[in-house]
Amino acid sequence: MNWRRSMIGLVISVPVIALLAYGMTQDPSAIASPLPGRAAPEFELAIMDSPDDVSLEELRGQVVVLNFWASWCYECRVEHGDLSAAASYYEGRGVRFFGVLYNDTPVNGRRWIAMMGGQSYPTLLDNGSRTAIDYGLYGAPETFVIDQTGNVIHKQIGAITFTRLRELIDPLLAAGTTE
Amino acid sequence: MTRILGLSATSIALIVAVYGVVAALLAATRRMPRLAESARSAVFATFGLMTVANLAMIYGLVTHDFSIDYVAQVGSRSTPLLFTVISLWSSLEGSILFWGWVLSGYSAIAIWLHGRRLGSMGVYANAVLLGIGAFFYLLLVGPANPFGLVSPAPLDGPGPNPLLQNHYLMAIHPPLLYFGYVGMSVPFAFAIGALLSGRLDQTWLRVTRRWTLVSWIFLSLAIIAGMWWSYDVLGWGGYWAWDPVENASFMPWLTATAFLHSSMVQERRDMLRFWNQSLIISTFLLTILGTFLTRSGVLSSVHAFTEGTIGLFFLAFIAVVLVFSLVLLMGRGGELRQTGSLDDPLSRETVFLANNLLFTLFTFTVLLGTLFPLVAEAVRGVKVSVGAPFFNRMTIPLCVALLFLVGVGPALPWRGGRRDQLKRTLAPSLTALVVTVAVSFAIGVPSGWAIAAFSFAAFAMVTNVQEYARGVLARRRAHGESWPQALYRLMMANNRRYGGYMAHIGAILVAVGITASSAYRLEREVTLSPGQSVEVGDYRVRFDQVEAFEEPHRWVIRAQLTAFTGSRELGVMDPRLNFYNGRAEPITTPAVRSRPNRDLYLNLLAFERDGSNATFSVIVEPLVFWIWFGGFVVAIGGLIAMLPPRRRAPRRAADRIAVEVA
Repeated sequence: MNWRRSMIGLVISVPVIALLAYGMTQDPSAIASPLPGRAAPEFELAIMDSPDDVSLEELRGQVVVLNFWASWCYECRVEHGDLSAAASYYEGRGVRFFGVLYNDTPVNGRRWIAMMGGQSYPTLLDNGSRTAIDYGLYGAPETFVIDQTGNVIHKQIGAITFTRLRELIDPLLAAGTTE
Repeated sequence: MTRILGLSATSIALIVAVYGVVAALLAATRRMPRLAESARSAVFATFGLMTVANLAMIYGLVTHDFSIDYVAQVGSRSTPLLFTVISLWSSLEGSILFWGWVLSGYSAIAIWLHGRRLGSMGVYANAVLLGIGAFFYLLLVGPANPFGLVSPAPLDGPGPNPLLQNHYLMAIHPPLLYFGYVGMSVPFAFAIGALLSGRLDQTWLRVTRRWTLVSWIFLSLAIIAGMWWSYDVLGWGGYWAWDPVENASFMPWLTATAFLHSSMVQERRDMLRFWNQSLIISTFLLTILGTFLTRSGVLSSVHAFTEGTIGLFFLAFIAVVLVFSLVLLMGRGGELRQTGSLDDPLSRETVFLANNLLFTLFTFTVLLGTLFPLVAEAVRGVKVSVGAPFFNRMTIPLCVALLFLVGVGPALPWRGGRRDQLKRTLAPSLTALVVTVAVSFAIGVPSGWAIAAFSFAAFAMVTNVQEYARGVLARRRAHGESWPQALYRLMMANNRRYGGYMAHIGAILVAVGITASSAYRLEREVTLSPGQSVEVGDYRVRFDQVEAFEEPHRWVIRAQLTAFTGSRELGVMDPRLNFYNGRAEPITTPAVRSRPNRDLYLNLLAFERDGSNATFSVIVEPLVFWIWFGGFVVAIGGLIAMLPPRRRAPRRAADRIAVEVA
C-alpha cells in the first residue's frame, strides 16, 4: 500500500459524502405552504355522530388544532395516541382539537376510531373535500395549528407528536393570557 | 408467531454475518484455514436465515396477519393474491428484506463456486460480501424492521401503492432490478479481495466476468421493463423521464457496460488494470448511491419511498464503502501496472478506449444532472430541477457517437490490421450510412440529430449483421452446413463474440425505436361526446361510451372507443381510470394498440358523470415496439455470451478451460 497516494482517495470521497450529508438535512418535498402566518380558511362542517355544525369563526379566541386524517392512512395510526393525549391535556384550557375525515367514509372512520380505542376530540366531515382543498392538503395526515385570532401558525406534514404540539401551543396560550 | 420467526431470522442473520466478517478477516490475515471454513459456512447460514425471513413475510402477507407492521402497511384483504405476494417489495421495509434475500443468495452461490479456490482473495471476498450483508440485516433489525408489532392488530390494511398493483410488470420489474443491482456486489467483493490480498493479476476478472454479465443482463431487462411499465401505466405516452430513480438504475448500467468492454482489453492485452478496478468499484457504489437516493428522501422523485432514519444508515454505509474502496484503490494503484500497450491507433483496443471514454462521460453527465439540484441548493440555496432538456441535449450526441463506435468496433481487429482490408470490411456499412442520410433528407426527417441517429444506426447494424453473415458463409463453405446449422455452430463456437454482436443489434434497435418514437410522436387532447370521432395521423378513433363498474379492490371507469384506419375497423380500445380503495387519485390505465410499425395510445383524462362526454389524449408513436424487442435482444445476446463455450471436455473442467481459453 502506498499511503500517500491513498490519501487521494480520501480527498475525492469527502466532498461527495459532504454533499449527500447536506442533502439529508433538506426535505425536497417540503414546498413551503403559504398558509402559516395568514388567516386560516374559514369552514363550517358537520360533526360526525352529532347534529351540530362547527365553524372556525365561532372558535375565535381559542387555539384550534385541525388534524386531517383517514382510516386508510398509516401514519395517522402513529400519531393518534399523541393527539388524543394532547387533546386531553389541553382540555378546558382554551385549545380545541378537531379531526377532519379526509377522503373517507364515516363508516370507515367510526370503525377506525373504535379500533384505536376511541378519540378524545370530535371529527368533522368534509364532504367533497372542500376544506381539504382550501387548506392545500397533499395527503394525510396533515395538522394545522391556528391561533386565537384565526391565523395559521404551523402546518405539519406527516405524523405530529405530543412534544411538538406542546412546543407550538404553549407559547400561544402564554401570549393569550398576557394580552 | 410468523412475526417472531421473521424477526429472529433477521436478527440471527445479522449476528452470523458480523461473526463471519470477523472470522474471514482473521482467517485471511493470520492464515487460519479453519476460520475461513467457518466464515464460509456463515455465508450459507445467512442465506438460509434470509430465506426463512422472506418466506415468513410472504406467509404473513398471504394470511393477512395485520399484527405484522409491514403487512398492516401494504396488505389488504381485497388485493388479489398475486399483488399480495409481490407487495413483498412494494414498500421500503419489504424491499430491503427482499434485497437481503437476493444478496445472501448471490453470496452463497459465489462463495460456493469460487470461495475455496482463490486463497486469501476468496476469503477477503467472503468478508466483503458478508459485510455488505451485515449492513442490510442491520437495516432490517433497526430502521427498516418489517416485523414490528402492531397492537391492536387492525382488521384490514390499505393495500399496496396503487401504482404498483395496477400492472403485472410490477411483478417483474423490481425483482429484475434487485437481481441486477445486488449482483454487482459479487464482482465488487472479488475486486476488493484482489486489492486486499495483493493478487492483482487477472484472476478476479476471470472469476467475476460471468457475474458482471448476469447482473448486467438483469439490469438491462429491469430498465426496459421499467420503461415499459411507465409507458403502460403512467399515461403520458413516454417511457423515460430522466427521473432520479431512473437515472439511479441507468448509471450502474453504463459503468457495467463500459466494464464489459474494457475487461476484454485487460484479458487480451493486459491493459487497463487500474481502470477496470475503478469501473467495478464505481458500479457498486452507484448501485448503493441509487438505493440511497430513492430511500433517503434526498431527491424528490415519483418513485421515492418514504423517508426516515434509514437515510442516515445509508449515508454512513456509502461513506464507509467510498472511503475504504477509494483509499484501497489509490494505495494499490501503483502496483496495478499493466504490461500491454497500444500498438496501432486503428485497432479494436482503441475503439474500446473511446467506448469507455464515452460511457464515462455519459455516466458523469447523468450523475451531474441527478445531483445538480442538491449542489445548487447547497451552494446557492435555491431549489432547481434539472429536466429532460438538459439530459437530452447532453446525451443524444453521446448516443450517436456510441452508435458510430458500435459500427466501427467489430470491423477492427485486435492490435490493428491492414488499412485496405478495413476499407473493404466497412464498405457496406458506409454505403448504408450514405443511403440513410440521403433518404432521410429526401423524406424530410425533422431534426439533424434524428438523421444522425438513423444513419449511424444503419451503419452499425450493417457492420454487426455482416459479421454474422461472413461467419455463416465461411462455415457453409468450409463444412457444407445448412443456414440454421451454420448460424448455430458459429454462435456456439465463439459465443462471447457473437453474443456481444447480438447485444449490439438489440441496442441499435432500441436506439432506432427511441429516435423514431420521439421524432414522429403525434399527440392530441380532445373532448368527445358518444359517437364523435377524432383523427390523429391516419388513425380515426370513435368514442362509443363510458361506463363504471366495481371490482373487489377498486372502482373502474372504462371508456370504450373504436379505432379505424381509413374505413377499416381495428377493434375496440378501452382506456380506464382505476380508483383504488382509500386513495383519492385515480390510476390511469391507457389502452395501447402496439404494432411493429407504430402504437396507438389512448388515455382517459376526464369524464362527465352522466356519460355525455369524455376527454382523451390520443397519441401515435412509431416503432415503440422495437424498444421492448431490442431490450429483449440485448438480454439474449448477454445470455449467449455467458454460455460456456462448447468444447469436448468433461463438464467439471469445462468452466476452467473456458476461463483459460477466454
